[in-house]
Amino acid sequence: MMSSMLKRLVPAVLSLGCLAVMARAQQGEIQSIKVQGNVYLLTGGGGNVIVQIGDQGVLVVDTGLAQTADKVLAAIRKLSDKPIQYILNTHFHPDHTGGNDTIRKAGQTFTGANVTGNIADAALGAQVFAQDNVLMRMSAPTGQQAAMPFGDWPTETYISGQKQMFFNGEPVIMIHQPAAHTDGDSLVMFRTSDVIVAGDIFVTTTYPFIDVNSGGSIQGEVDALNNLLDMMVVGHQDEGGTLIVPGHGRICDKPELLEFRDMMTIIRDRVQASIKKGMTLEQVQAAGLTKDYDARYNAKSGFGTREMLIEAVYKSLSQKK
Amino acid sequence: MRSCHRPVILLGTIVMLAAIPAPAQGPGGYNPPGQGVDLSGNWGPVFHEDAHERGPGPELVNYLGLPITDGARAYALAWDASRFTVPEHQCEVHIVGYIYRGPLNLRIWEERDPVSQKLIAIGNYIDNYEQTRTIWMDDRPQPPEAALHTWMGFSKGKWDGDILTVYTTHMKQGWIRRNGLRHSDQATLTEHFIRHDNHLMHVSILSDPLTLTEPLLKSQDFNLRVQNGQTWLYPCEPVVEIPRPRGAVPNYLPGGNPYVSEFADKYKIPVEAALGGAETMYPDYQSKLKKTTPAPATRSSK
Repeated sequence: MMSSMLKRLVPAVLSLGCLAVMARAQQGEIQSIKVQGNVYLLTGGGGNVIVQIGDQGVLVVDTGLAQTADKVLAAIRKLSDKPIQYILNTHFHPDHTGGNDTIRKAGQTFTGANVTGNIADAALGAQVFAQDNVLMRMSAPTGQQAAMPFGDWPTETYISGQKQMFFNGEPVIMIHQPAAHTDGDSLVMFRTSDVIVAGDIFVTTTYPFIDVNSGGSIQGEVDALNNLLDMMVVGHQDEGGTLIVPGHGRICDKPELLEFRDMMTIIRDRVQASIKKGMTLEQVQAAGLTKDYDARYNAKSGFGTREMLIEAVYKSLSQKK
Repeated sequence: MRSCHRPVILLGTIVMLAAIPAPAQGPGGYNPPGQGVDLSGNWGPVFHEDAHERGPGPELVNYLGLPITDGARAYALAWDASRFTVPEHQCEVHIVGYIYRGPLNLRIWEERDPVSQKLIAIGNYIDNYEQTRTIWMDDRPQPPEAALHTWMGFSKGKWDGDILTVYTTHMKQGWIRRNGLRHSDQATLTEHFIRHDNHLMHVSILSDPLTLTEPLLKSQDFNLRVQNGQTWLYPCEPVVEIPRPRGAVPNYLPGGNPYVSEFADKYKIPVEAALGGAETMYPDYQSKLKKTTPAPATRSSK
């Protein structure tokens, strides 16, 4: 059995690798595009950064890489000069949480007088929300090396199935998806704007990275995609309606998520059938089971390669047995 | 006598005036001569070309004459037609590069600036699925890379003489042929709308390095209709047609498609021809076929 220290180091090492790869991939400027309603997408900062603006202030979902945080902050400020009150993290990977510290410090928490009187720094910075496993993955017990800097950690977590808020005139709901991309994934639904932020459960740039070492699994991934489909309502003539923002890549609607769900289900079915035949991981890797999707989704290097996907699917299905 | 000269003077004046170049028609050069033709009207399709595929639909595993990649073929072979019965797939509409082949009624109109009368866009209404398409003629910038892809994509048009040439990006993935062959969301489409009196030819060239080894060129014809075109409606409401476990996706495992030889057997051609590829587009392939053994008519197709 791995020690608890080792358990924390594995995702930390993965995260550093992720950081390096993503940093190379994100050399451009921050681009801002309206999704719909109150919701905007910022690309170019590592993972996608989503911003909800309104009269009350600014809410940010994921903050990108640490090294692009200043640019992301500047892009947010172009959208609104209201106080950044909330940061919501879809999962713990540093291409989605690396900018937490910078953007949190630029924000503000509005608290009651008794709290501000007793806790000196209660109003300093925005609040950072995430599912509890995010904090567990980023932090460490006292005296041990944490995977992520303290300033990036969530300031508040939830352990029930979801966390609800009402901000800028609309319900904002974080919904935990257990054992999908990681064990701490949250979908973020903006119910009036009709936008869902998927984190890395859904990406359009490469195959998804199922972080088995951090509690992810293929069945959890497929379950989360089916949950998303259930939550989305497509518009007239099978287009638009609820829009979804992936962890990496472009805005999509339900028909496009559907094709992605189909792909992940089909790949799962193929690997499952191979395991039933007694094939080893090496044999499955050599069998070309993703030939129909490789041209579109196979990353040339780093995360999101065919080999990483097949290994993750094989391992998580084997673990299930 | 004087009265007899009046028509001559008048005629001479008209000739002189006609010889003087007409002044520009106001600031902004309102639709100067040479900028295309008017495509407006209701157009009905002419089905003399590929009627079988365009009406009833293509046979399963008939990829003949299509320049598909190995990956596109693998996708199609894994595709089970029962996927149409999955509720989320039932109301799927057709992609812009495919819909003009359908039994559609096509209405075309112009959108002009109310002040300058400059042509801003050419609209298309395609009634099969109530799809409205905008072909922008004002050279506006492309949408960002992160923008939503749509069934109609983002189209910009320009006049090449009297031919309207349209370039489209930001499409969803969609049919190359509706028997499992799909192009990707990275595909681009170039089209030419060519009007000859009351006849309209539509030429489309689909490019997609992810699913096609060569551009796929198709053409369709339309006749102008005097009466208003029919307007089909598409009130699609998905239902559970086949009870299945949640999230089940009908598909064939690699090597498991039971219909691989059905089309080939029916037309007594080798299966490899039915599986398509760029080679099968060209006349030379016929001579190659003659040297190969036809698919046995007795081969089981299921």
